[in-house]
Amino acid sequence: MTNITPKPQPVSQPESDRYWQGLSREEIWLQRSKATGKFQFYPRNFSISDPETGADGIEWVQASGKAELFTFAIVHAAPHMGFVGEVPYITALVQLEEDVIVPTNIVGVDPEPENFVIGMALKPVFEHSEGGLTLLKFTPA
Amino acid sequence: MPNIQRLKNLSGQAHIVGVGESNKIGKVPDKSPLAHHSEAAINALNDAGLQLSDVDALFTAGWSTLDVGEYLGIQPRYTDSTSVGGSSFVIHVAHALSAIAAGYCEVALITHGQSGRSDRAPIPRNPGAPMSQYEAPYGIIGPPVSYAMAARRYMHQYGEDRTRQAMAEIAVSTRKWANLNPKAYFYDKPTTFDDYHNSKWVAWPFHLLDCCLVTDAGGAIVITTPERARDAKNGSVEILGAGEGHDHSGISQMPDLTRAFGRNTGPQALEMAGVTHSDLDLAMVYDSFTYTVLVSLENLGFCGPGEGPDFVASQRTAPGGDFPLNTNGGGLSYTHPGMYGIFTVIEAVRQLRGQAGERQLDKCDLAVAHGTGGLLSSTGTVVLGAD
Repeated sequence: MTNITPKPQPVSQPESDRYWQGLSREEIWLQRSKATGKFQFYPRNFSISDPETGADGIEWVQASGKAELFTFAIVHAAPHMGFVGEVPYITALVQLEEDVIVPTNIVGVDPEPENFVIGMALKPVFEHSEGGLTLLKFTPA
Repeated sequence: MPNIQRLKNLSGQAHIVGVGESNKIGKVPDKSPLAHHSEAAINALNDAGLQLSDVDALFTAGWSTLDVGEYLGIQPRYTDSTSVGGSSFVIHVAHALSAIAAGYCEVALITHGQSGRSDRAPIPRNPGAPMSQYEAPYGIIGPPVSYAMAARRYMHQYGEDRTRQAMAEIAVSTRKWANLNPKAYFYDKPTTFDDYHNSKWVAWPFHLLDCCLVTDAGGAIVITTPERARDAKNGSVEILGAGEGHDHSGISQMPDLTRAFGRNTGPQALEMAGVTHSDLDLAMVYDSFTYTVLVSLENLGFCGPGEGPDFVASQRTAPGGDFPLNTNGGGLSYTHPGMYGIFTVIEAVRQLRGQAGERQLDKCDLAVAHGTGGLLSSTGTVVLGAD
């Protein structure tokens, strides 16, 4: 009998519902400050570049999906029982065209260091799961 | 912003008079985390010539002071559960200094106890918190993965080969210090550069020997007024400077993966103490990973950004080198139960009091202890001086 530990599932919060709902439709929606034009990740109840205006200072904008690799690691020792069957896997921080950093996985590439170049162009991959939220992963563009 | 002139008046207004670990550290499945707290507390108080009944201020992290105070059976008049990762206990030293100088208390006890290896009930995280929501589902969980991504960015900016060499230098030099510390997990186990390069990958670019131990241990510190410190059984150490702060929680929110908050807390602690880098005889720098040391030395201002690899070259930080670093053997080779910060202070106190046994430095009048907590998230720095 196999006893499979599930991976940790994201629990959406009121300020992030729109983000997660967007991913389920294969769209990336980000918050932007009306005053400063700056994007932010993750979604908050206000813009950290314009805190005074509060929730009214924010608008939601669909991101292009264009991204670059900012940094990565190749995980060999699973940090959680839910990832034991996944190693080695690639964790990454990815810089979107909108100048925000997003934590993610790189998929579709053999997990060898030489296959990853900082700055390489990436495109989104939407990973749906039954009964769970859609995850935003990336693969070389 | 910190008011340096007022902080200078605070310098030296409290002394560390006792330090201790729990009775056995390393692999201790027969002791709970709270048992480590209590053993370390009693050992540190005994070192100071004081008793639990003398304690009127309690500081801890990971646990609430409510739980630790109740377990110890004490009723503190000042309480501080500031919990910002492994740096917390260094920050508690600064908080105790302020509280004692202000008159809230006279005998402050800082305790730590954690069973990183053997805990039967580790503390869960809130699944709605940003890190749980945006990082954990991708397997960005726990320190090795996060610190590895920061280290890879450092390699990109400052050169992969020289960063790798620096990480190896730190792993090997720290082990040499552990080989001089009978309490160290790897006391009997030397290591070589080949061992480093051949050790398995945990999260590339980290080998196993880039990563700290996972142990069971407790530590405690007793702090009191300069007046009462005169009665200290085994000597006292002055708290001369301090700084604390943080700039993110999850690694994906870190403003610059190659510059941690020590860039602020290091200079502040030194300025408050009225000393410069060349005055320091010992650096105790939290080594959750080899990379943590590399980036911390730069942040503290011992060298500039990207200069860390040259700074630690040629085993300069090993026994006999001209820059003694992590003389207890560090989190890498002595002990690391999860939130190691308190042990940087404990070792600094032992060196400043001339009680470090075989690893005792010839001259140690001034030391810096620097804690890093979370995912390079928080730092606490203290400058300590021999009395």
